[in-house]
Amino acid sequence: MTTDEWIKKNTYHHSDFEDLQTLVQEKQKKGLTISLCIPTLNEAKTIGKEVVIFKSELMNRVPLIDEFAVIDSGSEDNTLEIASSFGADTYLSSEILPNLEEKKGKGENLWKAIYQLKGDIIVYIDADIKNIHPRFVYGLVGPLIYRDEVQYVKAFYDRPLAFSEGIRPSGGGRVTEILTRPLFSLFFPELAAIIQPLSGEYAVRREVLERISFPIGYGVETSHLLDIYHDLGLSAFAQTDLDQRVHRNQETRSLGKMSFGILQTFLNRMKTYGLMKDMPDINTLLRQFQVRDNQFEMVEQNIIEYERPPMITIPEYLEKFPRKDTSKKSGTKEKE
Amino acid sequence: MINKINDFITRFNEDRESYGNIQETLLSNLVMISETAAPTFREHTRARYLINRFISNNLLNCYVDELGNALGIIPGKSDRNILLVAHLDTFFSEKVDHTVTIFPDVVKGAGVADDSLGLAALATLPYILETYGIEPEANIILMGSSRSLGRGDLEGLRFFLDNFKKPITAGVCIEGVKLGRLSYSSIGMLRGEINYKVPESYDWTKFNSEGAIINMNDLINRILEIPTPSKPKTSIVLGSIEAGTSYNTIPTRAKLKFEIRSESDDLVEEIAHKIENLTQEMTSLSGAHVEFKHLARRSPGGTEFSHPLNKIGREILTDLKINTRLTPSTSELSAFINKGIPAVTIGLTDGENMGEEDEMIQIQPIKKGLSLLVGLILAIDGGYTLDN
Repeated sequence: MTTDEWIKKNTYHHSDFEDLQTLVQEKQKKGLTISLCIPTLNEAKTIGKEVVIFKSELMNRVPLIDEFAVIDSGSEDNTLEIASSFGADTYLSSEILPNLEEKKGKGENLWKAIYQLKGDIIVYIDADIKNIHPRFVYGLVGPLIYRDEVQYVKAFYDRPLAFSEGIRPSGGGRVTEILTRPLFSLFFPELAAIIQPLSGEYAVRREVLERISFPIGYGVETSHLLDIYHDLGLSAFAQTDLDQRVHRNQETRSLGKMSFGILQTFLNRMKTYGLMKDMPDINTLLRQFQVRDNQFEMVEQNIIEYERPPMITIPEYLEKFPRKDTSKKSGTKEKE
Repeated sequence: MINKINDFITRFNEDRESYGNIQETLLSNLVMISETAAPTFREHTRARYLINRFISNNLLNCYVDELGNALGIIPGKSDRNILLVAHLDTFFSEKVDHTVTIFPDVVKGAGVADDSLGLAALATLPYILETYGIEPEANIILMGSSRSLGRGDLEGLRFFLDNFKKPITAGVCIEGVKLGRLSYSSIGMLRGEINYKVPESYDWTKFNSEGAIINMNDLINRILEIPTPSKPKTSIVLGSIEAGTSYNTIPTRAKLKFEIRSESDDLVEEIAHKIENLTQEMTSLSGAHVEFKHLARRSPGGTEFSHPLNKIGREILTDLKINTRLTPSTSELSAFINKGIPAVTIGLTDGENMGEEDEMIQIQPIKKGLSLLVGLILAIDGGYTLDN
């Protein structure tokens, strides 16, 4: 399949799956279960609405989601209390697999969700979305329910406020367009077809998630794409347009940190795949500048993209989700 | 009070488990309705949302009519028809941030109280009735009414009442705020605008040519000199003023929006006449074009205090331990009154910052507001509110 063919075949709009009754029937016919995970850190302003909307619309009205958990990194603004008051199952990340050394980061919460939640499909939705809507979930699980060969569905957002007919630019945010897509174009051109590779909303089959490692910081989405692409090829992916996502805008300095983490993950993967054999050890100190009393000063921050190993290597996980036949690699396919 | 209503209120207020799901559904509807902009005359997307909810609740005759009203019927077996109304439109344009925030105790956002909560109650009502096994004998008509506010002048509801072929037994107008409100009468009202505009050929050397703001200020001072008696209760509400663009440019346009309210229809007419005279005087003094516009008119009327519908409404509120606030209304209720249909306006909860972008409602009292709504439906359905 060429990249153009993939884009045509594997790019959806959320409205393709808005018939929820049919979607649920298909899910039940295939015997699938779906878990939703919202990773949080100080999201008191938005978490209440996310819990209410998802529970009411996708659990009570139609049984699309079987399980729903908020996994928190230690919020200090009552995020967990608010989520719990509206009936969500809430967990402190550090309380899941407590025997492991404690790590903090969004990737850590996503990784622990694989252990904590039971679903065949896990949907991750960021907690800072102001315009939350059920489409954020049904748009992502739709391709996984209808197409067995799809393993990983990524969100993208493409709704211009005003545009006439013709050509217009589309794509991701600043980090995507300045860093990630150029890197993909250089080394993994097919992955450049994923319109917003860094979006925090995606749905994945368990058998894929449990076999990949998780950077706990900024690099988690990048590593997912690289590792799954490396194992299964582009045909394992699909992407869904969820129209518009309203969220906080980040300062350039924060985007610098994010880029630093992503770049670390990317370079480490290049080394692992044997694509950059003589790469020296990379530095983990990010240097940025500020001006104090007309004097320039360097601000240094150590950003280490620690990685959790594939969940399938954790004994507690294998105990909770025993293998029927460990010699069989379920869910993986030859790269096309 | 009637046993059936008592039983429901007791069950409803003691049942935490089922109410948890009802509250989730209501809040979810509230968010999705509030976040869909619906300025007056542009309510279509919000109407579609409501219709989709009605359809998914298996209501009959779900459609958006030619005026943009969203309608659905919970079918009954008798020939009684109960009309429940909440207005679809808001004062907020599409440009305003319609994001809603939910905290454990409150919900915040543009229009959550006026009247997204009323619409959310309509969208959730079929689920409440089903949960508690209530199957009314009467047909319950659920209506999100279009073109209600400002220049809309209740056009949607009036159209429906003019054209619906069957008699309406009684009406309930549902507002978000305030719990305890029980309106059964309408006061006389005239809603108008004064538009001040300087013509292109204006002579700025002319005496009294200070510009729109100063002239409008003079006009306001003159309006405030008009006597407004306390018996019959009368008031002039100056609701909005727009003028000017910068620090140092003399404004050439100004707009004042106002309402005259009175228990006496004659007084409304008299005051309107005086204001119109003042605008004509301003035209001749300033040379600017000052125009007086009537936008909406209500005549006083309504049912008596002792009408069974009002009596039962007060009894339910007392039973819920809520102080009754008997305030007259100038909203949807007037359309019912004009048709001689007994109706009340109720509020579902308490709130703050009404009409502002950070409008806020309390979550916890909504349960009592819904008790009142269902209690009234049961009373009308049982024929207990017929005026003999």
